[in-house]
Amino acid sequence: MLRILQFLYSLRSFLLFVLLEVLAIGLIVSNNSPQGAAFFNSSNALTGSVLKTRSDVVDFFSLAEANDALLTENAALSEQLKTLKAIPDSANIPLDSALEAQFDFRAARIISNSLRFAHNHITLNKGAKDGVKPGMGVFNEQGVIGRIKSVSENYSVAISLLNTELSLSSKIKTNDSFGTTKWDGKNSKKTKLLYVPRHVTASPGDTVITTGYSAVFPEGILVGIIESVDQSEDPNYLDIVINLSTDFSKAHYVYLVENTQLAELDSLYKQSEIENEF
Amino acid sequence: MNFRNLITHIFLVICLISVQILLLKNLALFGVAFCFIYLLAILSFPINMRSFPLILISFGLGLLIDVFYDTLGLHAAAATLLAFLRTYWLKAISPNGGYDDANNPTLPEMGIGWYLSYSLPLVFAFSLMFFIADQWGTGGFYGVLNKSLFSSIFTVILAIIVQLLFFKRRRGI
Repeated sequence: MLRILQFLYSLRSFLLFVLLEVLAIGLIVSNNSPQGAAFFNSSNALTGSVLKTRSDVVDFFSLAEANDALLTENAALSEQLKTLKAIPDSANIPLDSALEAQFDFRAARIISNSLRFAHNHITLNKGAKDGVKPGMGVFNEQGVIGRIKSVSENYSVAISLLNTELSLSSKIKTNDSFGTTKWDGKNSKKTKLLYVPRHVTASPGDTVITTGYSAVFPEGILVGIIESVDQSEDPNYLDIVINLSTDFSKAHYVYLVENTQLAELDSLYKQSEIENEF
Repeated sequence: MNFRNLITHIFLVICLISVQILLLKNLALFGVAFCFIYLLAILSFPINMRSFPLILISFGLGLLIDVFYDTLGLHAAAATLLAFLRTYWLKAISPNGGYDDANNPTLPEMGIGWYLSYSLPLVFAFSLMFFIADQWGTGGFYGVLNKSLFSSIFTVILAIIVQLLFFKRRRGI
């Protein structure tokens, strides 16, 4: 018995090494899953405040750009407002209240971002205190950015669209054929549209937008422009490469969208035993 | 390790971690060369330091970086590997007659040739572990190798520059 203990003692650093490696790999696996809470990440108070201070300084230099983006957005919105304004008419029927209030929008600022890894995350400066919840969609005036993964009191962490674990329900605008956008981990300016059947006629230059089938994003938020369409090795599906419309390296201010009927939809899916994959 | 050395080491660790988090997080030269300058802290712990505490400290350092990088476990796994290999690698490349008791494995004390053969393979092992764990399942071993090679070269070059600028010869740091 003593000899066994002595033997183990002489191996102690190796055993510690193996133990810590297993622990670390366990952490990697649990952190990479798109759902579920992570224990340590940049949304905790100390980390968040350090990253926020850093971003306060760095963002100062890109204020002009942010201003430009906001101006463009404002112009586009006021244009829309003009066409949407109700004409004064006594026979005006109000929209169905259920439809009207389905989506709720908020604004936030990115305080930490990465694009060079296979699993990229984004930290935002709004948390549970400001009504951010896991599962909300994140986008900016250019297009889709990601989905909220976990939330703390003051900060939240989103999975970037540049994360090989995130799949986004999206469709080609011209012919409404839908597929799944999923990043392949290589180029931070391009992504792939998967599961589009072969009979679909897609051509370079077509716009790809969100479907609204998933409960995360409303329909019609820009994802990107198709760059190339090829016959893939898979006999059933096309191999489509999309140029992302969002410049992730320059995203600073984002909007959050919440589906207020998510709980209702979820329970409906559960009743009919459908797996909702967001 | 005397008290003064301990203080300077803690100071070095804090400095390197802040630089890593605040400046180098989003830096990638040509999209392939990352910089892990905080490894300099692990690399310059005293030669006669025991393996057990070294591995524990490296794991902690890696985890701290991970929290800021949102890559939970990646840096921790790779840094633990580096700390584990360091003890054996130091034995393997010990000069004739062994090390001086007071020696630190740093550039000013050991010279450029020894330092390159010491740091480059260790940092390469770190990068290889890091990128394999990061890109797991997304295919492309070529990309992993590419990133690891250039990241380790970049990191070692930066580590040498930092030591030339800030480390004093023969007086701890």
